Amino acid sequence: MRNIRYLGWIPPIGTLLGPLVHNDVHPFILGMPFILGWIVVWLVLTTPIMALVYWLDPANQGSSDAEGRP
Amino acid sequence: MNVALVLIGLMTAFALWLGIRARSGHTMHLEQWTVAGRGFGPVFVFLLLAGEIYTTFTFLGASGFAYGLGGPAFYIIAYGALAYTMSYYVMPPVWRYASEHKLISQPDYFRTRYASPSLGVLVAVVDIVALIPYLVLQFKGLGIIVHAASYGAIDNAVAIWIGAVVVTIYVMVSGVRGSAWTSVVKDVGILAVVIFLGVYLPTHYFGGIEAMFHAIDVAKPGFLALPEHGQSVSWFISTVGLSALGFFMWPHSFAATYTARSERTLRKNAVLLPLYQLVLLFVYFVGFAALLKVPGLKGPDIDLALFHIATVTFSPAVVGLIGAIGVLTALVPGSLILMNAATLLAHNLYRLMHKGCNDAQVTRTAKGLVPVVALVAVGFTLHGGSTIVALLLMGYSFVTQLFPSLLLSLSGRNRVTAAGAFAGIAVGVATVALFSLEHLSLGKLVPALPSAVADLNVGIVALVLNIVVMLVVSAWTRKQLPLQAGAQLAG
Repeated sequence: MRNIRYLGWIPPIGTLLGPLVHNDVHPFILGMPFILGWIVVWLVLTTPIMALVYWLDPANQGSSDAEGRP
Repeated sequence: MNVALVLIGLMTAFALWLGIRARSGHTMHLEQWTVAGRGFGPVFVFLLLAGEIYTTFTFLGASGFAYGLGGPAFYIIAYGALAYTMSYYVMPPVWRYASEHKLISQPDYFRTRYASPSLGVLVAVVDIVALIPYLVLQFKGLGIIVHAASYGAIDNAVAIWIGAVVVTIYVMVSGVRGSAWTSVVKDVGILAVVIFLGVYLPTHYFGGIEAMFHAIDVAKPGFLALPEHGQSVSWFISTVGLSALGFFMWPHSFAATYTARSERTLRKNAVLLPLYQLVLLFVYFVGFAALLKVPGLKGPDIDLALFHIATVTFSPAVVGLIGAIGVLTALVPGSLILMNAATLLAHNLYRLMHKGCNDAQVTRTAKGLVPVVALVAVGFTLHGGSTIVALLLMGYSFVTQLFPSLLLSLSGRNRVTAAGAFAGIAVGVATVALFSLEHLSLGKLVPALPSAVADLNVGIVALVLNIVVMLVVSAWTRKQLPLQAGAQLAG
């Protein structure tokens, strides 16, 4: 499951895509101007995505905190 | 003496007491003083890394940036999360190498990994040049906060001197442990203050956050998006990208990861820290509320927006409380930066000049240098003028130049040689200095460029030149010295 690490590309691409394709104040997202709202949504999505990577990443498997090389 | 001043004084005394108390039970040899014996679990590493984001630059700067410039200010909330995501991949291998080789600073990494003392010296010099303006900025912020929160009773210069003395004592006594403990108080405090202000001010003045944004949109159409030229979309994306790459290249952030107990500690933080960025949202709300309620601040004065609206809205006791927490946002990062600059000077430069000196002597030298560095920073703060902000932006672009040779050093078969890394960093840093000091931009250099290219952050140009030179020189020196290159690969 080492390929799970590639999921880490999603948050940066997602965050930057909004301002790239739609640089405007409207529509509002969560009561905020478009770009700010878009970034906030991706900020909130980043943690679950990275948590998934953390759980499935073989580097974090095993009970002890001592880790082998990935 | 007003109530605000008393509160600020009490908070300063409390921070000092926490810092002194934090050393108990630990003998302060070099490794303990700088990286806390690599014994911090997820919570303290979180606090150290988070402690570096919420500096006065964010507290005053992000609200001021939102107030003065609108849309482009959103880059600050975007790049932090990307930097943490990247740190999941980059920092654990760095930590592993650093703990295997008992490294305590960022130049140590480059020196050891590339087996090149001269590369270590170059990185140390780049680091110190980048750190001083960062420290100056904390002292400047301290002056603004105390001056504003004391309603002008305490002069800027006096506040800066007091702050510098407090930070110096506290760093000399307790090192990195003091910073982690004060971070606990600072982070709880700043969270409470910022969320309160960010919710209360828009609700009180506009009836809600959405209503506030609609009011701004009516008063200043387009202000909440990115402009067509200048700080445009291509500026935004290139700046977010560069800042994310540079984030962990700051020597104090880089070395803060050394304090971790394990690689997993760092990965856990990479997962959680993006959420913590949400606090910045409330800082923006304060800046935007101030935009319509206390308009008219221009130029460097936009940094005063937060305190202007606070003094207009609240009683001196509340302003004092905000000021007291604000003081911590300068003290905690200030102490980390100061400690790092002193360590770099003693460990990476002094030790080299005095071969054979032991750890105890280096520790003594580092502690002795703390007041010296603080004095230099106070000098710049009082006499530097507004050029300091330009210097800080330059510092950010400087440390970003370390990224390519760091990233490639992580691969098992690093194709970059010490000479290549040295040449790349030197060219990148020289390019940044030239562009910043001459106020050049791509658009000015080549007027025919379309604005999407012309608006790119000039750091990109430096980074591209850096990578090209690094690869070319590496390829050439590998041919020249096949034996040495082989030895490096084995190492």
